[in-house]
Amino acid sequence: MAEPKKILIEHSIFLAVVTLCGFLIENTYYLQILTFIGINTILALGLNMLMGYAGQVSLGHAAFYGIGAYTTAILSTTFGLSPWIALLCAVGLALLIAFVVGLPTLKLSGYYLGMGTLGFGMIVNIIFREWSSLTGGSSGFVGIPMLQIGSIFFEAGRSYFFLVWAAVFIAVVLCRRILSSRMGRALRSIHDGESASMAVGVNTHFLKLQIFMFSAALGAVAGFLYAHFVMFISPESFGFMVSVKMVTMVVIGGMASVWGAILGASLLTLLPEVLHSFQEYEMIIFGLILMLVMIFMPQGLTRGLLDIYEHSYKKAGVKKF
Amino acid sequence: MRQSKIRSTLVVAVCVMLMIAPIIGASSAMAASIYKIGGVFDSTGPASFLGDPEQKTMQMMVEQINATGGIDGNMLEAVIYDSEGDPAKAVSAVNKLLHKDNVIAIIGPSTTPTTLAIVNFVEKAQVPLISCAAGVEITSPIKPWVFKTAQSDLLAVAAIYKTMQSKNIKKIAILTVSNAFGESGKKQLVGQSKEFGIEVIMQESFGPNDTDMTAQLTKIKSASPDAIVCWGTNPGPAVVAKNVKQLKIEIPLYQSHGVASPKFIELAGDAAEGIILPTGKILVTKLLSDDDPQKKILAKYEADYKAKFNTNVSGFGGYSYDAMVMLANAIKGSGGDKNKIRDALESTQKYIGVSGEFNFSATDHNGLSPDAFVMVEIKDGTWKLLDK
Amino acid sequence: MQEIIQYLFSGITTGSIYAVIAVGLSMLYSSTELINFSHGEFVMLGAMGILTLWVNAALPLPLAFLLTVVAVSCVGMIFERLAIKTVKKPQPITLVIITVGASIFLRGVAMIIWGKDPFSVPSFSSYESIEIAGAALVPQSLFIVFAAFILAGAIHLFFKQTLTGKAMVACAVNKKAAWLSGIPSESMGVLAFIISTGTGAAAGIFIAPITMGSYDMGTMLGLKGFCAAMIGGLGSLWGAFAGGILLGVLESLGAGLISSGLKDAIAFILLLLILYICPGGLFSAKVAKRF
Repeated sequence: MAEPKKILIEHSIFLAVVTLCGFLIENTYYLQILTFIGINTILALGLNMLMGYAGQVSLGHAAFYGIGAYTTAILSTTFGLSPWIALLCAVGLALLIAFVVGLPTLKLSGYYLGMGTLGFGMIVNIIFREWSSLTGGSSGFVGIPMLQIGSIFFEAGRSYFFLVWAAVFIAVVLCRRILSSRMGRALRSIHDGESASMAVGVNTHFLKLQIFMFSAALGAVAGFLYAHFVMFISPESFGFMVSVKMVTMVVIGGMASVWGAILGASLLTLLPEVLHSFQEYEMIIFGLILMLVMIFMPQGLTRGLLDIYEHSYKKAGVKKF
Repeated sequence: MRQSKIRSTLVVAVCVMLMIAPIIGASSAMAASIYKIGGVFDSTGPASFLGDPEQKTMQMMVEQINATGGIDGNMLEAVIYDSEGDPAKAVSAVNKLLHKDNVIAIIGPSTTPTTLAIVNFVEKAQVPLISCAAGVEITSPIKPWVFKTAQSDLLAVAAIYKTMQSKNIKKIAILTVSNAFGESGKKQLVGQSKEFGIEVIMQESFGPNDTDMTAQLTKIKSASPDAIVCWGTNPGPAVVAKNVKQLKIEIPLYQSHGVASPKFIELAGDAAEGIILPTGKILVTKLLSDDDPQKKILAKYEADYKAKFNTNVSGFGGYSYDAMVMLANAIKGSGGDKNKIRDALESTQKYIGVSGEFNFSATDHNGLSPDAFVMVEIKDGTWKLLDK
Repeated sequence: MQEIIQYLFSGITTGSIYAVIAVGLSMLYSSTELINFSHGEFVMLGAMGILTLWVNAALPLPLAFLLTVVAVSCVGMIFERLAIKTVKKPQPITLVIITVGASIFLRGVAMIIWGKDPFSVPSFSSYESIEIAGAALVPQSLFIVFAAFILAGAIHLFFKQTLTGKAMVACAVNKKAAWLSGIPSESMGVLAFIISTGTGAAAGIFIAPITMGSYDMGTMLGLKGFCAAMIGGLGSLWGAFAGGILLGVLESLGAGLISSGLKDAIAFILLLLILYICPGGLFSAKVAKRF
């Protein structure tokens, strides 16, 4: 029974690093970047469950991110509900929509599934833009309130950093739980061979639907966190390019790896910040890095870096995780 | 083995790049007695036609001010980031300016959504912000630390409607681009129509990258309005102008100040003939009468810009010109104190700039009067002033 | 009635643009099973090429056309050699991300070379719009329909009639078996890329006079081309052609009869319905595969 112990150690390290970062880093700018990394990690975690484990690609996942953000914005601002109730509604709505959309869409596969989810994402984005009486349209939605528990306000900086990374931690633990359950094993069997797992009695369609709903719910949580952090949302934050960016995070980080999601989200959030100084050449360099990582580490960074480690040290018995 | 070498070289290269980049960015940030001013512009991305000239103008202005000895003997330094039109990137850029570069004031961003996304952060950090975006929402309600220099769409619509009244136009159809610019225009066009006794009988829209608008125009044609107002930024409106000619629609076409640049005439070609639009005075500097107070400033800006960047000046760069001049005036004597700069900005009176005459007050953080716009018609491939 | 005809004409104009792009995408898919997300950027390069060579350098149109197509195909070949071939044990999703990276890279390069401003290219002919039953049709859109038709036809003949074309199809069906029977599958992959990016460039040249070119024009066009290829059924050339026209007409009718703000949504809803009802596209015999 080494697995649970290892997981416990990993989780403790993760918590320790987050706490240390939270207390040692003073500068609001760095805390803000880490907050964005956290939000993106939640997105990548959800999508990673769908892509890495269930083997289903979604090119419209930003829709759920947006649904989360807009639901909480509208409920808490226009209707004056508590944001925490709005969070429940946002997750509920995302689950419901994922169920309705997933039912027919997940019957598709390959590029057709990609197209189906892409179309769904586009439609949701157009709704954000065109239903302007409710969403504020293209100009965006202003005046989203700050989060608050009792007398603690969560505002940009340390408090929000801890809030977001607490959510990341919960998401990581949830993903791990699902993966080590019966469901997780069934999931991996779908990834390796859908027909084989169907033959041994796994209800693949229902399983895919469940995972799709789970990742949608995580997307909605991320949207909720984004909306109350920036306190302003507009449709372009949830468009097609954002969906593509999410897929890129998962693939670059390494599919089917929880830590890969964190790595991918960090890289794709940090890279543009760092590339600022290249100004006009930013796009060229960003594109190049994306291509190079994929050419030389087609399994993603987690796998690739591990390979390098193993190659260069050639130590016997280096364990893979 | 060779494989792993290539891989490790690559990884090392990436890491080195990641480490060097911030150093390059920060290396020039050390010396004392320097006023750092931040800039956030949409220099690339869909709004680059705004962000690019704004960024260039800000760089030019900082150089000019430094060449004449800076402000109170202190040199200025511009720290400029590109938000790419993405609100999340604008937030990161502004936080970097506020907390890492420690700027004393910020100019930009270029669009309404990117501005609204950062307003809360600027307010909290209490640093003056002069936005170059047009949306009315930015300065109403008034936020203590937020100003803007771009003419509101409100004024552009008022200018168009005034011209329409004089031409006895009663029914119009509007065709707006489906982004923040078009939506703000639509809101103003519909909102102010009653006031001017004009009826909006049809509202259509087009996507920023659409290649053909004949379907919308056919629909509009069948409703036979007295005029069509198209609200968008290049290239969409140029396609609309071409489509109007192709469909042989004889209804007069009005455009917004979003296309008020020589580029529009170049794009639309012959189809631009007869189009009427509002513009800041920069486009028609030569046509202004000599007693126009803005003429001298406009001519100087135009000449300086052309000399430095070897391209024609665009009216949009003027937003950051005005922001920079007013900010420089406000910094004078403040010793770099943000509160003093804010107060000085708010009490700016009778500053005559590229976009018009500014009179800021505690209740008006845009400060432009309706005569900031003039109406022009495109004739023989150039602009012609319309009489008021 | 006159309006309906006009909507159809507008739809055909836009649809032909989607169709000519979809044909290139579909062609690559049918020989390599890869969707190139940077295809739109190759279309953009075609438009930029014709601007540089025909409008700015004032070369004769056929020469400029030829040079542009050749140059862009070379870029396509280099891309395939450097970025696609070098991936070991490629998974489709890895390749897709590489093409996404390439699209960002190419857009960045184009922005540096040609600047951020949009530009216009004059029409190939000076004819005025043609009037049929009171509805106007732009001659350039006839050119595009014609070009899409010729391209699809030529590729169709190439696949069906020439040995190289047949070999290419064989590679797509089963790479190993093709290799065993002596087909150089590597060079087939390059060739597929050269042809596909070449058709992309040709598409860009034909649509430049209608759309106004700019460094970021490719993304949306590539996406719509992708949709069109999907509607028709991936890998089916005529399916891609028909899918493009259908998508254009749907958009135009949606804009005209329902609401222009929702026209994209209408097109996408119909697209989803098509996918649900006949997964695999309208004209594809093959069952959709998972990646």
